[in-house]
Formats: sequence, structure tokens, C-alpha cells
Amino acid sequence: MTSRWNDSLKRIDNFRWEIDMDFKPGMRVPGLIYADENMLNQIGEDKSPEQVANVAFLPGIIGKSMAMPDIHWGYGFPIGGVAATRVSDGVVSPGGVGFDINCGVRLVASNLTEKDIKPKIEDIIAQLFVNIPSGVGSEGRIRLKGNQLNKVLRNGARWAVEEGFGDKEDLDFIEDNGCLKGADPEQVSEKAKKRGLPQLGTLGSGNHFLEIQVVDEIYEQAAARAFGVEQTGQILILIHTGSRGFGYQVCDDYLKTMGMAVKKYDIELPDRQLACAPVRSPEGQAYLAAMACAANYAWANRQCITHWTRQTLSNIFGQSPRELGLRLIYDVAHNIAKIEEHKVDGKKLSVCVHRKGATRAFPAGHTDVPNAYKGIGQPVLIPGDMGRYSYVAVGTECAMEETFGSTCHGAGRIRSRSAAKREFSASDITDKLHAKGIVFKVANRASLVEEASAAYKDVAEVVNVADGAGISRKVLKARPIGVIKG
Amino acid sequence: MIEYEIIDHTADVGIIARGDSVRDVFINAAHGMFSLIADLDMVVEVDSQEITVEAPDQEELLVTWLNELLYLFDAENLIFSRFEIIHLGKEQLNAIVYGEQVDPARHNLKTQVKAATYHMLKLREEDGFRAHIILDV
Repeated sequence: MTSRWNDSLKRIDNFRWEIDMDFKPGMRVPGLIYADENMLNQIGEDKSPEQVANVAFLPGIIGKSMAMPDIHWGYGFPIGGVAATRVSDGVVSPGGVGFDINCGVRLVASNLTEKDIKPKIEDIIAQLFVNIPSGVGSEGRIRLKGNQLNKVLRNGARWAVEEGFGDKEDLDFIEDNGCLKGADPEQVSEKAKKRGLPQLGTLGSGNHFLEIQVVDEIYEQAAARAFGVEQTGQILILIHTGSRGFGYQVCDDYLKTMGMAVKKYDIELPDRQLACAPVRSPEGQAYLAAMACAANYAWANRQCITHWTRQTLSNIFGQSPRELGLRLIYDVAHNIAKIEEHKVDGKKLSVCVHRKGATRAFPAGHTDVPNAYKGIGQPVLIPGDMGRYSYVAVGTECAMEETFGSTCHGAGRIRSRSAAKREFSASDITDKLHAKGIVFKVANRASLVEEASAAYKDVAEVVNVADGAGISRKVLKARPIGVIKG
Repeated sequence: MIEYEIIDHTADVGIIARGDSVRDVFINAAHGMFSLIADLDMVVEVDSQEITVEAPDQEELLVTWLNELLYLFDAENLIFSRFEIIHLGKEQLNAIVYGEQVDPARHNLKTQVKAATYHMLKLREEDGFRAHIILDV
């Protein structure tokens, strides 16, 4: 396989590698991987290049089947996969979104500095850990009654704000204002609703986290300032979670629907996990309506967690969230399918952009970029692993032209969870984090080992490739000083 | 007989379940999955649940069965350590599963399994029977 994939690989420039259509008969478009030479060797070690080729089988796919530099082996789509299909005659694939629908990241600013936080960090992390439920199967503090869940599913973050979780201004700084249009709770199974009911307002487990970070380096002063970051040493809060069991169930339900749709519409696919239906078919429309519900659940979830974070810091510092400057910088979805307008061959076209472990990266001037950032572009939030650092980048015109306005979403795993468990010990990792001055609380020690730094690519390499290719530009780097993890 | 192994997948986790019959493979796959979630030795069989699932073929039935168990874990807060399959056809499964309410501390919850996937899914007759399933974790 490795030799075959190398044979079909064409170097375009330092950061772009094309997979020929002859790599696998049935590909409708070529593949395109954003990577440098170093990464490429690693990418070739697993099945992710083949997954890029598999995605190219989707009916109605346009441009290329793309993979961002954090590409790694997923199920169905590779993680880091981006594919756009024509709404007119293309398909939507739940496998191009994944089980954790609208898994995403949000970043909150503050006017606190490392000096303000350092003496209180143990207390802050301990209290955040109490106030924000986390861990496997964690249940939330919110008790939804009757049709309240339907309101969450229809209105997303707006529901949360109306219930007192945060401010109205927050909504201006969330992708799609925290509410994806077209959400229809009627298209969601009772099972999904039952699974989602107790979990709203929970962080979950695995790679989900909340970090208190310090701005370490600023690359683009003007963009950083526009986002509310004035200087290094400033404190930021990064929250990474998604739609919990609700989203998993929606995906599972619709994979079954799509499994049948594939037969009904006579679609040939190399992997069952890519099951899909025409965007305009009843099955495709039902999935998009249910997926929007899950996306909205996730935005409400992150909004509630933001509120408790603000409350916690407010209590500890004896100042209001406003006085502490706890303003939402931005919130991005990195597992989602969106109907968007893009220019294809000089013409505006309505497409369904699947971003599976990829972030929207719209440029300055785009109508969907908040007014406050219009001259700069959309913030792109790229978390790294818990022991290193995360990045904020900004969307570009190049992303708009090449990747349907998309860039990378994170570090990308290089070691499986079991490999991490074999190679590292919890006490080693604890020591390393302590040595770096990172205070942390984890719901279980296994996830500490599974999420070890060395299990991930260095996110700096990922961000540099995206920057070098021009699909996003680096704005700043921040390192964690406090972490809570499920 | 409990026979399963956990295999490496970069982002997720795979299970290979074996058995003398397809029925054993289904049981062993469920064991393998719950062994990732918690310490099954600590689960007391005080509760039982009857499960019936359907799918167009037996491979999909395996995924459906595992996802039904994950649903009960999430929605009903139940963890299982024993699986008794009453009837297994090509398209339908009926089982009684035994376990109890989740106690995060006592059961030492480890991994959140989001779902069983269809990616590289295989159920074959091979030295008895053998299934390969990738879980999203």
C-alpha cells in the first residue's frame, strides 16, 4: 500500500501533495494533502491517504478531496478531511461529520495576567473541576423539562443566553451565531433526546478539556488586538467539547438511514462508514436538520460551560465577569457539514462543505465574519496537546479559493491510545506537567496517559504548514497553566 | 469463554472478537467494549435488561447491538458485565444483559466510547468466527 500511495503522489510545492485519480479506481476527483515532507512520511504509515482517496468517491464532490496538515487515520473520512459536494446533485455523508457533531473550540479573553492568576491557579482549577461536570458519562447540573430540550435544539447558544447563561453579545462571536439554521427536532429520535437530556453542560472525556492559558507569543499584532489580545502574559480560557451523547446518537441513527439510502440511490462506496444520500433527498434533508440540532446542542453546551467558568473566576477574584474582561473571542465548529456559497470556476455555487476535524477559516470581508473582525478575518482556534501550546490563527482568501474556507483543527494524534499507555506512565506525565508549572485535574488517570503530549504531533508543525500554504495565518500562541480534563 | 483483543488505531480503538459461534463473537465484542469503559470485575449483576435489535445484515447487526448497549450506558446509566443472547438471526438479535447502575468511583470509568463504527467492519468464519470493529473513542 505504502509504495502504491507514494507512486500516485505528486508534489505540487513544499506544502501541497496531490493524490492522482489512478490511485484508486472510482475516485471522482484527485486528493490533496497539505503537509511538509517530514509529516508526509508519518502520514503514509497509516491508512489516512487511502481515506482521502475514499472520500473522492462521493457523488457530486467538487475540487479535490482534501486533508489538512493534522490529517490522521479516522473512520470513513480521515480526521482533517475536507470535502465539498454540489447541493444540486451531490451527497451529504454523516461520516464526513463524525459522531461528535459540532465538536469545537471556544476561546475567552480576560484582562488578567499570568501574575494575577499564578497564586490562585490551584484554587481556580479545583473550583472549575467542581463547577463543570466532566468525565465518562458525566451528567450536567441543568435539568431540562418537557419541551425545553427542543428549544435547545432549535436555538442553540441563544437558548442558553436567554436562560441566563452568558450575554447577548456572546452570540456575535460564535460561528453561525451559535445557531445553525434548519434545525428540526422532529428529525431527531427519542433515543438521541433521551441520551442528550442529562448531558447538557458537561465537558465529557477523551480529548475534551478546559484550559487556562497564557499568551506566549504574538505574530500579528493588529489581528491579536482586534481579537482582544494586547500583550504576552495575558490570560485566555480555551474550551474544547461537543454535542456529547446527543450527537453520537444522531450520527448512529443516520448512518443506518444512509446505509439504506446508498442502496436506494445506487451509490457505490469503498467504506460503509461513508454512507450518504443526495443533499436534496428526504434522507439528506432529514440528516441536515438533525445534525443542525446536534450542532445547536453543542453550542448551548459550550455556552453553559463558559458561563460557569465566568462565575468561578468572578467568585475567586471578587469582580464581575465584565470587570475581568471575560469576553468571548470566538467559537468554532470543527466537525460539521455546512451549506455554503463558494466560488467554483468563477461562478457562485451552493455546496455542502464537510469539515471532519477541520476549521472554517473565512477571510476579512466575508459576510459571516463578525463585524468587529471584518477587517481582519475569522479567528481560527487550534488547540494543541495539554503539555505544549495552542494557536489562534485567522482565515484567508487563499482558504476561500482552495479549501472552501477551511484549515486545520488541532495537533492530530500520532500514537494510538493503547500505544500511549504502553509507552508512558501517569506518574511520568504528572511530573512533566508539574515541571512545566501546569496545574491539572483529570476525572480519570487513564485519559492523562492517553492524552500525553508525545501522543500528538507538535501542533506548531501543523500550524506552520497551514500558514506556509496560506490557508490560515498564525496570530498568536498560548501555553496552558491550568487544565481540567474528563 | 471471553476472547477478545484490543487493537491499535491512531485515533480510535479496534476490537477483534473471536468465538466458536457468531453468538460468542457478539458476546465477546460486547465484553471487549465494556472492558474499555470500566473495570468489569467490579460490576455486580443486580439489574437486567432485555434487548432486541434489527439490521439489514449480520455485520450491521453487530454494530447495532454494540451501539444499543452504549445507548443504555449513556441514557439509562447502566453498565453490563454479562450478555446472554437468546436468539441471533441474520437480521435480528434478542438478548438479556446483566449489570447495574453506573457508579463512577467503584467501576473506575476509563474511556468514553462514542460509538461502534462501520469502518473496516468485518465478521468472518475464520478459525471459528472472528469480528473486527473500530470504536470511536
